[in-house]
Amino acid sequence: MARRTSTTRTLVTTLAAWLVGFVIFFPILWMILASFKTELEAFSTPPSFLFFHWTLENYATVQERSDYLHHAMNSLLIAGGSTLIALLIAVPAAWSMAFAPTRRTKDLLLWMLSTKMLPPVGVLVPIYLIFRDFGLLDSRFGLIAVLCLGNLPIVVWMLFTYFKEIPKDILEAARMDGATIGKELIHVLTPMAVPGIASTLLLNFILAWNEAFWTLNLSTSEAAPLTVFIASYSSPEGLFWAKLSAASTLAIAPILILGWFSQRQLVRGLTFGAVK
Amino acid sequence: MGRITLEGVKKSFGAHDIIKGADLEIADGSFVVFVGPSGCGKTTLLRLIAGLEDVTGGRILIDGADVTAVPPAKRGLSMVFQSYALYPHMSVRGNIAFGLKMAGRPREEIARKVEGAAAILNLTPYLDRKPRELSGGQRQRVAIGRAIVREPKAFLFDEPLSNLDAALRVQMRLEVTRLQRQLDTTAIYVTHDQVEAMTMADRIVVLNAGRIEQYGTPLELYEHPANLFVAGFIGSPKMNFVGGRTAAALDATTIGVRPEHVAVNPGGADGATGLDWVGTVSVAEHLGSDTFLYVEVPEIGTITARGAGELGIKAGDSVRLRPDAARIHRFDANGNTISA
Repeated sequence: MARRTSTTRTLVTTLAAWLVGFVIFFPILWMILASFKTELEAFSTPPSFLFFHWTLENYATVQERSDYLHHAMNSLLIAGGSTLIALLIAVPAAWSMAFAPTRRTKDLLLWMLSTKMLPPVGVLVPIYLIFRDFGLLDSRFGLIAVLCLGNLPIVVWMLFTYFKEIPKDILEAARMDGATIGKELIHVLTPMAVPGIASTLLLNFILAWNEAFWTLNLSTSEAAPLTVFIASYSSPEGLFWAKLSAASTLAIAPILILGWFSQRQLVRGLTFGAVK
Repeated sequence: MGRITLEGVKKSFGAHDIIKGADLEIADGSFVVFVGPSGCGKTTLLRLIAGLEDVTGGRILIDGADVTAVPPAKRGLSMVFQSYALYPHMSVRGNIAFGLKMAGRPREEIARKVEGAAAILNLTPYLDRKPRELSGGQRQRVAIGRAIVREPKAFLFDEPLSNLDAALRVQMRLEVTRLQRQLDTTAIYVTHDQVEAMTMADRIVVLNAGRIEQYGTPLELYEHPANLFVAGFIGSPKMNFVGGRTAAALDATTIGVRPEHVAVNPGGADGATGLDWVGTVSVAEHLGSDTFLYVEVPEIGTITARGAGELGIKAGDSVRLRPDAARIHRFDANGNTISA
């Protein structure tokens, strides 16, 4: 029997939900607002939230001083490239772990995840030296490689969990129907795992897009993605809050839009298998 | 053609022996049923023939060719799974066509064969539906359609009817048998249900604990079981077993008699064996066509008797039972049948 909910109760929970949502969103809102202020107003205490002199001047300056499109393109290539390569490696890896496990598969999965427990700074020096000696510093290829390898454990893990949900019988039926392993992956497994693959892809893309540690340390200008672009506004010569905010807003805009349009897919993917 | 030969096939999972050496010759076009209790290895044996599991030892031959190392896709067999295992993202048409597509058949031939299979299985109106929009019986038909359309050397059925309700199961049992006769293709059918085995099979393989106990026609198994296990497994209700002095009198460790071969309150003097048992009915099951009596006989135990029609006997009644002397099975200390 469904529980009857009173109007007051609905009102209270709705308000509470909006409050929590607002608290979480507040820093982003503040940042977006600050990007439309003058530098002086951006610093003022107490801060004004709506009644200030709205201006687009920061965006103009930011675009003048640095090439937004250049960095955005780098972000797109690095995030997209690392995601695609990770997927190409992870789909067969997760397939074999889910459907042809050996005695060591569980250990391997745990070991892969354990690499994510190490703080990245712990391997900064060796990786920096390798990048320097192989001429990979400030190269898109280098960043694609390091981000791809960094996210690979998570991608394999996510796909592994989705694949586990797929009944083994169906893949065996395909094998009996004459499908080779390649055809089984393309015609049967992948279409059935589309929601899972899509959400893995999205999550990995977002992680790579926002990744700041490696991108800041291993690139300067040529390969620099939007994270470097943002960081360039907090410089030793002084902080430019309004311009920093404008740069950040520009940097997160594409991913915000992507997330907005794919939220259904994301939620469905992340709860895949939880309910029948 | 679809002649399947097993030569000393063994399968172990780690230290666990699932199949302990199976030798079998399945003739082309025959309907063979693997039957046995759960965990006896019948499904494993089927999966070994399919190639979905690798053998630990021995050889599997199809039409004389050794396929032991051939992957399932290349063995030319079709399989119907217990769970149906339909491709959920494909329509009924896509499901049935998949095998032909993988074989790279021309589009026109695929369409013709799919329509043909759908017509045989009454699936024509559902060709564009997805599996989730079908009932259990219809899904079962799609699974069968997917198997027949490829014109395989043999069909492998893994308990295909166990997810259907009783009425549908009887109907599908008939349809599968009819279809197999019509196509004249070898079929291997796994079930734990001995009624399915008796009604469908040309020949039955009785498996127990990874061993083939007996291989023969349904009536051979019923009339001449090779050992205690087969005698007890085939036939319903179960055969009565009696040991002790009664058996010793007949030079056996155990004797067995089927409930339908036990006469209830027979007239005349003691039978040739002098084996009249007197006991009290503990339960009487009235089916209309038959009556099953469970009779407690002192010093012997519970004896089941089956009488045709309504016997008018109720629980608590005292009855006299007489086994048919010609239908008594004798077993030695190892459980093997002593031939007469």
